[in-house]
Amino acid sequence: MTNAALATSSEPIISFEDVNKWYGQYHALRNINLGIGHGEKVVLLGPSGSGKSTLIRCVNRLEEHQAGRIIVDGTELKGDVKAIERIRRDVGMVFQSFNLFPHLTILDNLTLAPRWVKKMPKKEAEDLAMMYLERVRIPEQARKYPAQLSGGQQQRVAIARSLCMKPKIMLFDEPTSALDPEMVKEVLDVMIELAHEGMTMMCVTHEMAFARAVADRAIFMAEGSIIEIDTPDELFSNPKSERTKQFLGQILGH
Amino acid sequence: MSAMDHTEEPVVLAPPGLQIGPVAWCRKNLFSSIPNTLLTLLALFLLWKLIPPLLDWLLFSAVFSGSSPDACKDAVGACWTLIGVKHRFMLFGFYTYDEQWRPLIATVILLCLICGSGYPKFWGKKLGVAWLIGLPLFGWLMWGGFWGLPLVETDKWGGLPLTVVLAAVGIVVSFPLGVLLALGRRSALPAIRTVSTAYIELIRGVPLISVLFMASVMFPLFLPEGVTINKLLRAQVGIILFTAAYQAETVRGGLQALPKGQYEAGNALGLSYWQSTLLIVLPQSLKLVIPSLVNQFISTFKDTSLVLIIGLYDFLTTTRTAVADPAWQPFYVESYAFAAIVYFGFCFSMSRYSQFLERRLGAQGRR
Repeated sequence: MTNAALATSSEPIISFEDVNKWYGQYHALRNINLGIGHGEKVVLLGPSGSGKSTLIRCVNRLEEHQAGRIIVDGTELKGDVKAIERIRRDVGMVFQSFNLFPHLTILDNLTLAPRWVKKMPKKEAEDLAMMYLERVRIPEQARKYPAQLSGGQQQRVAIARSLCMKPKIMLFDEPTSALDPEMVKEVLDVMIELAHEGMTMMCVTHEMAFARAVADRAIFMAEGSIIEIDTPDELFSNPKSERTKQFLGQILGH
Repeated sequence: MSAMDHTEEPVVLAPPGLQIGPVAWCRKNLFSSIPNTLLTLLALFLLWKLIPPLLDWLLFSAVFSGSSPDACKDAVGACWTLIGVKHRFMLFGFYTYDEQWRPLIATVILLCLICGSGYPKFWGKKLGVAWLIGLPLFGWLMWGGFWGLPLVETDKWGGLPLTVVLAAVGIVVSFPLGVLLALGRRSALPAIRTVSTAYIELIRGVPLISVLFMASVMFPLFLPEGVTINKLLRAQVGIILFTAAYQAETVRGGLQALPKGQYEAGNALGLSYWQSTLLIVLPQSLKLVIPSLVNQFISTFKDTSLVLIIGLYDFLTTTRTAVADPAWQPFYVESYAFAAIVYFGFCFSMSRYSQFLERRLGAQGRR
């Protein structure tokens, strides 16, 4: 199912070159060098404050890096607003807290960006939205408002909303952390399907089963640096660094 | 909903000690304890002392007929004869007497447009067309000067139409300006942020009277010789600039209350600044501040009475001027009461409208 060899051999679609970022005096990202291939799925894990969310938020410029280069699909992220908007069109993002627009129906949440950013006609955008709602298995909720849905349903809507822009890359920032346990699976199932369709994905998550099932590489971060990169199986069962071992010990409860 | 389905209905119990009916309500709300009972009795006593004499003055002993102050010579209650005789002047001021049907119709048109715009069902293109037809029609009726209506200069305008125009235009124009200032104050661009902040703080730091005074007296000094700007327009601009600063701070409160995630979700989808502002940020944050916005509108409506100091005859001024006539002077209380009733009608409608809008928009998001 996964294809690690293919993913790493091709030209990267996202590349980080000596990326550094500070929040005031705090050094949040330290010398990050990383390339993500077309169709590659990468899982990022690490303790809180390790910089994993900051790293993926730099990809669509929700955070600004101060040194080094980030190149997404051939465009370097710099101050150019138009270039940033163009990259954001091709990069979908799913947040821990869903961030659906509460004043719009589910259908309007999905059609908003296609209609205004891509100038798609209303009818076409709605057909597209319904298609994706069917894929995340909640077409019957289209006319409701976000607050009327469960957490798992809201997160699936959020995924569908990103997919409506037909992105080349999907970023997931702890997509299941805010969910009740019984709803985690319905969201992961959708993400697994998406992975099998060949989407390039960067996921911040501690869901090991998901990582083993779809990820080509797992990246362990701590204190703003990348500590270890390996296949999920290797990283989880045979970690090289002490820091990784310690962290895995903590989350597995050993 | 399907996820919520249960195969077995759980047993539903009524809450204990539930009592309904007027007696239970009174016991719970009015006589629940000894201090509460004392307060209730005190309130009832005050009402009994206050309401009957007030009603007696306003209605039962009041004089409604007649055409001169003599009719009220022996009256114990209010002399509403004053309103009967002077209402034309109170409502329309010095507007040419025979043409006063024009401001009447014009004001009705304007009020209809405003009321229609307040109803979410009418929001759309047709409303825009109605305004495009209504406003020129309003102007034609008020000014005239062509198509058979004699010209009436703005210095003759007065009374209720003047108050309504100053307030309506003041509110409608200052609102978008206030939104822009609020956005400007939160802008990432230092120049825009500084200018907006300076403007807001400057205007908020001075009384409306001084803004009006400057607009009326000082501003013309800076204009080249021979150029004059209509006094009404100057007052109107003064009110707009003043109100906008206050609106800006109210709107900014709403912008700050919105979770950061909403801004980020808009950005992540590739929406431009203006797209996410207009489609995501403003609809939500304005809804949050409806009560304070309407509070501001009500305040603006009443503030228009300050244009008196630059010599404009708004409704409160015309009502007072109506009793300047020595024969009618004893009845100044009635004139104030009349003004109060009309002002209350307008302000209370705005307040009720705010509640209607909140309920209506609140039902949508259900959060």
